[in-house]
Formats: sequence, structure tokens, C-alpha cells
Amino acid sequence: MPSYKRPGALLPMSTGYCPGCLHGLATRLVADAIEELNQQKNAINVVSVGCSALNLYSWCGDDIGAAHGRAPAVATGIKRCLPDRLVFTYQGDGDLAAIGLAEIMSAANRGENFTVIFANNQTYGMTGGQMAPTTLVGQKSTTTPYGRDPVTTGYPLKMCELISVLEAPVFVARYALNSPKGVMDAKKGIKKAFELQLAGKGFTFVELLTNCPTNWGMSPLATLDYMNTNTVPYFVPGVYKDKEGGKQ
Amino acid sequence: MITINELYCKGCGYCIKFCPRHILEMGKERSQKGHFYPVNINEEACTSCAICALMCPEAAIEVTAKEG
Repeated sequence: MPSYKRPGALLPMSTGYCPGCLHGLATRLVADAIEELNQQKNAINVVSVGCSALNLYSWCGDDIGAAHGRAPAVATGIKRCLPDRLVFTYQGDGDLAAIGLAEIMSAANRGENFTVIFANNQTYGMTGGQMAPTTLVGQKSTTTPYGRDPVTTGYPLKMCELISVLEAPVFVARYALNSPKGVMDAKKGIKKAFELQLAGKGFTFVELLTNCPTNWGMSPLATLDYMNTNTVPYFVPGVYKDKEGGKQ
Repeated sequence: MITINELYCKGCGYCIKFCPRHILEMGKERSQKGHFYPVNINEEACTSCAICALMCPEAAIEVTAKEG
């Protein structure tokens, strides 16, 4: 029978996130994968700017804060200096897909041997819910009060699709965290990405679709239904690139 | 058997929504932090499937497998 114990890579305190925020779940999945691979002493967490940086409050291990959007550049330096360590960045969509777009594409194109965990909640959570590059068409935010209009602001950026067309990345996948199945798949995907990194295969990218109850203006349970009807059909979950193949 | 740490719980209700046996319910008391937290209303029916723990964003739920 299954049993579950809180991973040791999390500090004994509640997270810094709002009630129902799936960032907490994403952080815990990373901690679970690290515990399963017995890498707690070996892992280095490169955090970005935004709500994703709040995972420092729950992360029990080595970490470093990068400038806004520059986590892949910092992780590149760390991994090149310390090739034996498990290096991963934890970034949100405002950080990775907006200001850090050049960094992530360059790091992916160079095939740097680290893992990017990309939590996509379709908004700038920490600064008050402005429109992010990944905000859905028609989705309301403080800077698009009538819903995102593609005529003036374009369409949501699909990062997995963008990165999967590059030659170097070895594993690119997207998972939705709004259902038990999605969470189980995400857990396996994160573990696989870490294993590929430890085997020295190259760049791995895992996108996790999350929510933002506070800035979407919904109850936590309502955000899960919103994700089902709006987010998941646009950002389709799945494995976009898997050079190594095999089961996951 | 499940153990809910009410100091971590923020009362989002994901565990209640996804429990396949519907044995969790939002409690009437508030925790020290001021959140309502779920209580186990039918411990006998729990199969230790750990889906509540899987969906908990705060890792507030620990599950120990039942004997036998």
C-alpha cells in the first residue's frame, strides 16, 4: 500500500505561497524527486525573481538567487564549475518567458547540462496580476481588464513547443498540476529530467501548469476547473521531446 | 491512515475534492494561523491511497500504510 512522508528537502514550515497555490505543489514535487534520487546534499536550486523565489522559504539545501530572468545563465556557470552537482532552476512564466526569454533559449540551444523547472501560472503573481506572455487570450489581468486581446498584445507563448524545435535539448515536457494524474506524471517527468542530467545527457526542461487563485480572483477549487476548461486545451500537456526515449 | 498537520494546512480543500472515498471534510475549527483545516470523518474507510497527500500544495498530509 502506498504511504507518503514529507520530503526532507522541505523545511519544517508552511510555504510562502497563498492558499491553494500550485507553486507549493511544484516545489514539493521537486523535493520528492530529489529525495527519491538521494541528491539532497548534492542539489543546487537556482531561484529566479517572482513568486517562484518564494520556494526559498521551503527549500532545505543549497540555493542561489539569480537576477530577473538570468537563472539559466547562473545555472550554466555553476554547472560548468561543479559538473557533479545536480543543478536546476525554478522559474515562473514572467521570469522565464518575458525578461529571461533570451537566456533560456540560449542555454537550451547550447545544451547546457542542467534542468529547468518552469512553473507557468499565466500571470505576474508577485507584482499584482499583470499580463504575462503566457496569459490566455481573453483572460483578465490588471493590465488587460477586458481580457487579453491578441490584436494589441499577441498570443500566449508556448515555451515547450519553442524549445522542443531546438537541436540540443534532450527532454522537454509539460504537465498540468490540476489533477492527480497530472501530478503523478509530473513527478515522473521531473525525476526523469534529473536522472538525464545526472547521466550527463544535456538540457532538460519541465513545464508545470499552475494556478494563481489570488490574481485570477477565484477560489482555489474554481481555478482547477478553469485550468481544465481553458489552460489545458491551449497548453497541451505531454512530452514534446525525448531524445533518449524509454519509459517514463 | 492519514495525519494532517494543521500548522501547515491553508485550507485550500484539494484533499477533500480528490479523496476517492470522500472521507475528508472541512472542519469547523480554525488552526493557529486562522485557516479552517480538513478532518477525517471516516477513518475506517481510508485505503491509504495517498491521493490527498499527492495533491496537497503544503505537504501537510502524511500517509502511513494500513497493516495487513
